Amino acid sequence: MTSTLTISHLTKRFGPVAALTDVSLTVAPGQRVALLGHNGAGKSTMMKIILGLIPASEGEISVCGSAPGSAQARAQVAYLPENAAFHPALTGEEQLRHYLRLRGEAPGQAQDLLARVGLRDAAKRRIGTYSKGMRQRVGLAQTLIGHPRLLVLDEPTSGLDPVSRRDFYALLDGLAAEGASILLSSHVLTEVEARTDQILILAKGRIEAAGTLADLRRQAELPVSFTLTPAEGYAESLMESLTGAQLLSSGQIQISCRQEEKLALLKRITGFGPRITDLDVTPPSLEDIYSHFSRRTGQ
Amino acid sequence: MRRILSTAGIEFRIALRNRWVAIATGLMVLFALVLAAAGAAPTGDVGVDRLSITVVSLTSLAVYLVPLLALLMSFDAVAGEVERGTLPLLLTYPVSRAGVLAGKLLAHVVILGIAVTLGYGAAAMAAFWTDPDAARGLPALIRLIWTSVLLGATFLGFGYLLSSLSRRPSGAAGLAIGLWLALVVLYDLGLLALVVSGAGGGFATGALPALLLANPADAFRLFNLAAADSVGAAGGMGGAAASIPLWQSALSLALWPFAALILAVAAFRKITP
Repeated sequence: MTSTLTISHLTKRFGPVAALTDVSLTVAPGQRVALLGHNGAGKSTMMKIILGLIPASEGEISVCGSAPGSAQARAQVAYLPENAAFHPALTGEEQLRHYLRLRGEAPGQAQDLLARVGLRDAAKRRIGTYSKGMRQRVGLAQTLIGHPRLLVLDEPTSGLDPVSRRDFYALLDGLAAEGASILLSSHVLTEVEARTDQILILAKGRIEAAGTLADLRRQAELPVSFTLTPAEGYAESLMESLTGAQLLSSGQIQISCRQEEKLALLKRITGFGPRITDLDVTPPSLEDIYSHFSRRTGQ
Repeated sequence: MRRILSTAGIEFRIALRNRWVAIATGLMVLFALVLAAAGAAPTGDVGVDRLSITVVSLTSLAVYLVPLLALLMSFDAVAGEVERGTLPLLLTYPVSRAGVLAGKLLAHVVILGIAVTLGYGAAAMAAFWTDPDAARGLPALIRLIWTSVLLGATFLGFGYLLSSLSRRPSGAAGLAIGLWLALVVLYDLGLLALVVSGAGGGFATGALPALLLANPADAFRLFNLAAADSVGAAGGMGGAAASIPLWQSALSLALWPFAALILAVAAFRKITP
């Protein structure tokens, strides 16, 4: 199947400053891709180029087989800007009816869309009276109009409470299952961990790492950490047999090892038998991986 | 077309909520009634009906008020969207920038049309009240309404142009007031100064008519006064108008709205959100 979004060797310069350098990316139908990076890493710039809002300096971009910003591309791409804003004098329903008509869809769907994002009761109130989270949900509702093939979501969960975030990701899963590609950026690393197929780490306009979470873990070669709870009176003898281990103030013992030594260490620990009462294995988190890759560029 | 109509519908609703419809209509009715009251004073028998006289007074009012109202309604159109942050999302929709401006223009033209029709209508009622012959002035009144709408459309386009150029509502407001002063007030003063100083022998017959036609506000005044002159209502006031053929001022009035909109679209296209 052809990809929904193809970017090859994209470079964007603002005067002498390079905001993006040699970025390449392919997003297949149904794929969810997370874009991670510090403020100013180039996430929003990249999204605006994909949407055709700003031109690229170099490189090729194809959005649903068309040029970014062309009528064909715009008809198939939905966008949620960071801090979605609307005219405060309009009600949520009026705003959505307008967006539906602009996309050539029946305006009668507005109520349904608002209900899907939990705004049924606020539909007839002016957007000026909405909270930030509610405005964000109006923004989400408009991205659901007319089965877009690509959703570009800039910090989509900012301003949403944890429950709404969970609902939001459930909504995205549904869209991806129907074949929509999703490109989203986020600061909240833990939530993209479980919810995306591919993670891109962007730093200073370059892709520092790309792949699934497992790929990134392998590339980063970060240590796996074991936490042991020793049985009564065995803490000292365990500390002696495990070189490099640390005794925590909680009385537990922590030890880390490289990925490939993981199984061997596990075997040794299980060999301690009744001298330990519990064991936790913690793989490196996305936070660890992210700071590993962004540290590499000296940030 | 559906998209333009939808944009127009939304803009009209916003203008209704922001009280712009009420403000524009209220202002026009108020000023028109004040003029009608002032014109109701006995002026002796001039051989024309009361409404025709009212229309001449209304022309002088419209030439100031209609451009002002139009600029006030339009200066925020693009700059406001930039400031609120609503523009990037709008531009990712399958709607052209020209379509966005056309929708806004349609809504604002309708609002201006309502305001001038009700305003002039109020003055016309007052004329009918005192003069049963006032029906003879109806064609002049209708001409004033549609030319006012054309004049308004021109200045709406100018407003969008300034709004796109400045990208900030405060800057756009300043530019709009400046443009109003320049085209509606200072332009005529400048021409008058040139005429009085006797610049060049051929000025009054050569460059002056062209300069008057080049300014949409002057073209509006020329057209209405020249047309009124044919019924003798404007008296000496139409002197300048008489030397310029009616079709020329009509052409200027009809072309300016398109020119202003084309300039506005060109400036809007240059905006990178």
